[in-house]
Amino acid sequence: MRALTKKNILIFVGILLTFAIVQGLISVGIISSFHEITIALICINIIMAVSLNLITGFTGQFSLGHAGFMSIGAYVCALIIMRYDSTAGFLMGILAGALVATIVGILIGIPTLRLKGDYLAIATLGMAEIIRVVFLNLEITNGAAGLSGIPRHANWFWLFFFAVITVLTINNFIRSSHGRACISIREDEIAAESMGINTTKYKVMAFAIGAFFAGVGGALYASYFYFLKPNIFGFMKSIDILVIVVLGGLGSVTGSVVAAILLALLTTFLQAFTEIRMILYALLLVVIMIFRPQGLFGTKEINDFFKFRKKHERIE
Amino acid sequence: MEQFLQQVVNGISLGSIYALIALGYTMVYGIIKLINFAHGDVYMIGAYIGFAAITYAKLGFFPALLISMILCAILGVVIERIAYKPLRNSTRIAVLITAIGVSLFLEYVMMFFVGAEVRSYPNVLSNYTLHLHGVVINMQQIYIIVTAIALMVLLQFIVHKTKTGKAMRAVSIDQDAAQLMGINADSTISYTFAIGSAFAGAAGVLVGIYYNSIDPLMGIMPGLKAFVAAVFGGIGSIPGAMIGGLGIGIMETLVSGYGNSMYRDAFVFLFLILILILKPTGLMGKNIREKV
Amino acid sequence: MPLLSVEKLTKSFGGLTAVSSVTMHIDKGELVGLIGPNGAGKTTLFNLLTGVYEPTSGSIKLHLPQEEQDKDGKVKTKVITKELGGLKPYNVTKAGLARTFQNIRLFKDLTVLDNVRIAMHQNIRYRLPSAFLHLNKFHNEEDRLVEEAEKLLDIFKLSHKKEELAKNLPYGEQRHLEIARALATKPVILLLDEPAAGMNPNETAELTETIEWIRKEFDLTILLIEHDMSLVMKICERIYVLDYGMLIASGKPAEIRTNKRVIEAYLGEEVSNA
Repeated sequence: MRALTKKNILIFVGILLTFAIVQGLISVGIISSFHEITIALICINIIMAVSLNLITGFTGQFSLGHAGFMSIGAYVCALIIMRYDSTAGFLMGILAGALVATIVGILIGIPTLRLKGDYLAIATLGMAEIIRVVFLNLEITNGAAGLSGIPRHANWFWLFFFAVITVLTINNFIRSSHGRACISIREDEIAAESMGINTTKYKVMAFAIGAFFAGVGGALYASYFYFLKPNIFGFMKSIDILVIVVLGGLGSVTGSVVAAILLALLTTFLQAFTEIRMILYALLLVVIMIFRPQGLFGTKEINDFFKFRKKHERIE
Repeated sequence: MEQFLQQVVNGISLGSIYALIALGYTMVYGIIKLINFAHGDVYMIGAYIGFAAITYAKLGFFPALLISMILCAILGVVIERIAYKPLRNSTRIAVLITAIGVSLFLEYVMMFFVGAEVRSYPNVLSNYTLHLHGVVINMQQIYIIVTAIALMVLLQFIVHKTKTGKAMRAVSIDQDAAQLMGINADSTISYTFAIGSAFAGAAGVLVGIYYNSIDPLMGIMPGLKAFVAAVFGGIGSIPGAMIGGLGIGIMETLVSGYGNSMYRDAFVFLFLILILILKPTGLMGKNIREKV
Repeated sequence: MPLLSVEKLTKSFGGLTAVSSVTMHIDKGELVGLIGPNGAGKTTLFNLLTGVYEPTSGSIKLHLPQEEQDKDGKVKTKVITKELGGLKPYNVTKAGLARTFQNIRLFKDLTVLDNVRIAMHQNIRYRLPSAFLHLNKFHNEEDRLVEEAEKLLDIFKLSHKKEELAKNLPYGEQRHLEIARALATKPVILLLDEPAAGMNPNETAELTETIEWIRKEFDLTILLIEHDMSLVMKICERIYVLDYGMLIASGKPAEIRTNKRVIEAYLGEEVSNA
């Protein structure tokens, strides 16, 4: 592995530093437990947004049902840790939740991904609603009342760890030939097929990977907030995630991360004013679409900005 | 058998409301290829306008219906002008997200002003009920069905017999060509939004008197189901939306009546996914193929 | 045996028959032209050959010679025949047919390099785990990919623009990039759909040279649709003429030029001054 390039070392140091600083601030009490919730939300939202971005931003398949996969991960993980209350049980729960979400993603993806654009959006929305109604009616998930008293194993370390893993893995995938195959579908599906790309396969692949990490996000949610009910994962939750992705830029991992942080801060700041927050949200969506439809970052990543600078240096 | 007929009558009442909403979806989709997510919220606002007209202005059913339709028509046109028109040449995804934004905006602005609580609709109709061989039809249902039929007849007249209707059909087939023929596409699109939104407003008032309760988020589910109805009938097709609306309404009441009402919504969405996969053009839609 | 043989190929859309019982063949190494007035069904035929459309009836067979060692160690050539009709476009590409599009379909918002690399995906030699983890194998293979892509881009004088977005290239270069991208799939047969459309005479002349050059360099068989008669008459060895979905003539350029039916079909068009 070419692990020891300058860039990789920088990234690694950056990750460690971020972890250490936040951990330090939590230890000395500068970050209160109230703000810790915001940080947890940021991590979960990063996982959700980056995984949705793979499906919608990179592969161009408009999904309005990401919360459905999240709920699967959440319930599966919750049921497992409620029986095996240990770190091993927690990790097993995350893996199981993610895998079940992946399987459901593949099963749903194969028939629905033949649809395009708006139709796919509506079908995925319907799919998430079906999942929600199933959880509402299952006995094991305790119906509308939901599950409470889920053991709390998710903490800053695990949240951060999984957020980093998600970002790195998906980022690597996008920058591989398989990832480029996905991007080519977004660009021009007919041309992609003519260049030898099995578009159905790569759409389902993107959907499955997205569902896997959405499952991870949901599992962490369950274990951090120790309370679940089906209505948490309704249509609005899918929209919440979509807003992050769109605000950050469809096709930019950096954008999703930045937008997840910004929106979580906005949410915390406007905690007491739900309606105003939602009105702001709504206006933000419309205004972005009219004036900057590519979002904050477009399809650019953080290192593109450095590249750009280098190019100029060369010219001078 | 009686129970079945009763469910069908209930289904037709509910379906008429879905059909009225579905018409707006299908007309707007037909003309600018947009799933107007905010449409369900226009319906919600229509219900509130009717509520205000009856409760505070002490108006009767028909004046309230008319006021709601007029104000919703204006709202629809304003939404189109402000939010959708600047995006005429954007990607589909951008327009769809905008529509979601408008939808959230209407919901939470309403919630901000009227509160999140459920309000009960005043009863303006008599409590007379019709008994036909054991099937009960109440006054609300008669009003709903009659109003819906009248509006649909009116719509057929507008679309097929008036100049505006002709323009609407022309723009939906080929916007550029229609413009070259001297049709003002912008105003035609506005008319379409006006008519669709007026129908949603009417549906709002009807659902208010039918279910007696309204709240700011009431538009989400019926909006989605009406969309399913529009897809079922064949999106873009006006008769399709009518038939689709009735179909979904009847299906829903039958599932509630004979199966598990908790699974009612899941059933509608499962049905949607099946149609999309098996016959995406719906009952009466046309097939469009991308040119390579 | 020909490399590609098309037998009674028909495609109807509803009541309209766009391609009607076309029988043709292309031998290995040939450069064959497909001409015909507007709406004659040329592009539909292309779409049938490349799997975009499924034939209503008829067959498309690819006959690939393959070298095989028998028990005694002797090298023998065996022809493997594959039916392409009804295959998905990506499988047709895998079988060895690559194409360009009449109305350029590049991946506009991606770089020139990515456009070519995407076309190389079907021959990639690492799997999903390497894609996730960026293992050694990944880096080696990616390096090879870039190297190969640059070689291809060099041919079309595009390698200095590899980081540029495809949509920012001038029109002529976009056409060139489309050919480079098609070549990146390592085709046996290259199908060019009006490669000279919208080019000026100078650019067309340059394109003509390039086509002949890549044909030799890559040992290619080429089928091309073209409106520019000077290009077709100059470089094609054989020509098929399509009108109203039916083949009305085939033969050497000189024969086609004097064919009565062709002149009739083209009446008013520029065949006489070619």
